[in-house]
Amino acid sequence: MADLSTNFVGIKSPNPYWLASAPPTDKEYNVVRAFKAGWGGVVWKTLGAEGPPIVNVNGPRYGAVWGADRRLLGLNNIELITDRPLEVNLREIKQVKRDWPDRAMVVSLMVPCDEESWKAILKHVEDTGADGVELNFGCPHGMSERGMGAAVGQVPEYIEMVTRWVKKHSRMPCIVKLTPNITDIRKPAEAAKRGGADAVSLINTINSITSVNLDEFSPEPMIDGKGAHGGYCGPAVKPIALNMVAEIARDPATAGLPISGIGGVSTWRDAAEFLALGAGSVQVCTAAMTYGFGIIKELNAGLSQYLDDKGMTLDELQGRAVPNVTDWQYLNLNYVTKARIDQDLCIQCGRCFAACEDTSHQAISMSPDRKFEVIDAECVACNLCVNVCPVQDCITMEELPLGAVDERTGETVREYANWTSHPNNPMAKAAE
Amino acid sequence: MSNSPTTPGIQPGRLSPDAYAAHFDDLYPAYDPHEAMVAADRCYFCHDAPCITACPTEIDIPLFIRQIQAGQPEAAGKTILDQNIFGGTCARVCPTETLCEGACVREMAEGKPVEIGRLQRYATDSLMERQGHPYTRAASTGKHVAVVGAGPAGLACAHRLAMHGHDVTVYEAQGKPGGLNEYGIAAYKMAEDFAAREVEWLLGIGGITIRTGQALGRDFSLDALRAEHDAVFLGTGLGDVNQLGIPGEDLEGVRDAVDFIAALRQTDDLSRLPVGRDVVVIGGGMTAVDAAVQSKLLGAERVSMVYRRDRAAMSASEHEIDHAATEGVTIITGATPVAIHGEGAVAEIEFAYTGGDETFRLKADQVFKAIGQKLVPLDGLALEGRKFAGTPLAGVWAGGDCTGGGEDLTVTAVAQGRDAAEAIHANLTGNGI
Repeated sequence: MADLSTNFVGIKSPNPYWLASAPPTDKEYNVVRAFKAGWGGVVWKTLGAEGPPIVNVNGPRYGAVWGADRRLLGLNNIELITDRPLEVNLREIKQVKRDWPDRAMVVSLMVPCDEESWKAILKHVEDTGADGVELNFGCPHGMSERGMGAAVGQVPEYIEMVTRWVKKHSRMPCIVKLTPNITDIRKPAEAAKRGGADAVSLINTINSITSVNLDEFSPEPMIDGKGAHGGYCGPAVKPIALNMVAEIARDPATAGLPISGIGGVSTWRDAAEFLALGAGSVQVCTAAMTYGFGIIKELNAGLSQYLDDKGMTLDELQGRAVPNVTDWQYLNLNYVTKARIDQDLCIQCGRCFAACEDTSHQAISMSPDRKFEVIDAECVACNLCVNVCPVQDCITMEELPLGAVDERTGETVREYANWTSHPNNPMAKAAE
Repeated sequence: MSNSPTTPGIQPGRLSPDAYAAHFDDLYPAYDPHEAMVAADRCYFCHDAPCITACPTEIDIPLFIRQIQAGQPEAAGKTILDQNIFGGTCARVCPTETLCEGACVREMAEGKPVEIGRLQRYATDSLMERQGHPYTRAASTGKHVAVVGAGPAGLACAHRLAMHGHDVTVYEAQGKPGGLNEYGIAAYKMAEDFAAREVEWLLGIGGITIRTGQALGRDFSLDALRAEHDAVFLGTGLGDVNQLGIPGEDLEGVRDAVDFIAALRQTDDLSRLPVGRDVVVIGGGMTAVDAAVQSKLLGAERVSMVYRRDRAAMSASEHEIDHAATEGVTIITGATPVAIHGEGAVAEIEFAYTGGDETFRLKADQVFKAIGQKLVPLDGLALEGRKFAGTPLAGVWAGGDCTGGGEDLTVTAVAQGRDAAEAIHANLTGNGI
């Protein structure tokens, strides 16, 4: 069994799986259940400043997008930060950390944008013995209207300023949680780094309307006939999150800045992907909210088996894919593949044919007895057939070896060459 | 309850009232919305889908399943009924495992097809319950068509003709319309009087008059029909049954399976329907299965279904044969009946192993013959093989079991009736054939 124990900016946990700041981490009862199930850590649901507690709506808080068999693919929420009294949360955090010293206990914070407010809350959190703080600069609804959450996260100068306050008034590791509701994720990450952040975590939820009620003509979730945008999460957002994590991991300005990866982690494989793109820990919410805390067994066992199969340590996995994230212009234009249909696996549904014939390159033939074959002279290797095929590995992409002739172009497959030296590129530079 | 399954002879009331109700309830109850969504989600929306090709009425199955997925089962029902006005019956009685579901790519992929038949029932039930009759008639053409036989072929033809604006009179020899849907299919496939309800719903289009108790050749002649109408469609079905031609066939207790099934379908009190303690059904088709299974369900102690060839040669589907076996019917193949024995009433039936001399006997107090039905020919009508030709006479069209081309399936009869209506319509409106 591979060792999954993690040390993320000094915060230790038995595995890299933390529950993200969200309803599952709002109180002792849930967090203890999570730790009993085997979760490596939690980011406690965001605390606000002292004063009257936050109020939430009393109608539905979640909207959803489903796939086949009503599998939950995306979830959005209009819930705010914790609506429990600050002192209750602090007391429970202290108790849980005392009872579970080997688990990561990070506390998410969101207070008004002034130094005194941050100084005050940090003192309280330090008293609990928590391992670190996460600055919630991402919450896209409700709190942002009050100048907090995403309202801070969308202004890099504010991120830098607040991060600086936090580092000034606390010795705890500081993780800055970034909002994806911004044009270029590298800017807030750079700001966090400038402010002294120990790490960033991303992504927070994405502004979203999951559906419209076609009887009442209101966004869902609908509150008395009206709806507001919520924050979108779950498997549907993973590709967006992976890209943003990779952008930060490979940008020279932020490379090496520790990242806690968040966004649609549902299985060990998702986690491994975030880790490979440079994350040092992953945070999970929607999968736990969908299936309960029991999924941690699969997350742990799966990652461990994968590492064993690869003969790799967790450290060796981390960031392993980052060097291979590049820009389009550096992709090898002489890498030629052709789709191959395994006739033994083919169930003759014809979806590859419909996709290729109707929407792509007319590169799949269909015989009267429903045999589907790739026409190499037309196949541009787009991979759409692979993606619409219901049978895994039935259609694969086969690489043409060096020296082979691409029937579509009539050209011989040659050594690596990319757009920067391509004759059609007016900006091309001669190969050195 | 005075009798039990072990009471000798042909007796009614072998079971408790609850048992009758349970035995003849819907064999495959309707999906609830959740079940329908789960089942519908399995459809891959295949290109040029094999299930469509496999359906004699060419229902756009991927489309109707997608409409269920998209939350509009009534629209799905309309997609089905556009092609097959008896979509409700076909959902219940089609041998789907040899038609649409047999062709489903998930059958190839996983050995478990999308449950198209049950989804079709969900869709057609939804439409019929919530939207009534969905079709309207075109402006009257002033033409009048006679349809002989109110079975699936005749009524499918009548409906399509009425939709095109023709007036239709349907002549039916039996006391009720519906044909084999009403008289010839196992009760548990057509629970809650579905055949009658479906006919009533179908007639909702208007323009169709049904005259029951009117038999061709007895109550009216074909010549008279042709003289009085602009066109004639024959959907008379198969009026005669094959006989064994062996000694003892006239003994009491020996009966045609179709009569037994019809009597069962028409009774309003199953406990008063007598059935033997030892029942032997001769034949290997759907009628044999329906007679055998229903005998068992009526409380017969032992029911055997005996077929002269091997199991693969049976015309009943694999699924139906398995169902019979599950219900406790003993299936014997490779045995040909040679004699029925008994004093006045049947006591035993003797079989020879097919192709050999060795014989064996089965105890029997009731024997059902289900070795096929045949056409009653009519003077002046052309035959193709042993059935009517599709257009057996000028101005006369034919379809359903009285013609060839199908395997005597409801769905084929519907397709033939529908297509004949289109041909008649083209002919009457001068659009050529």
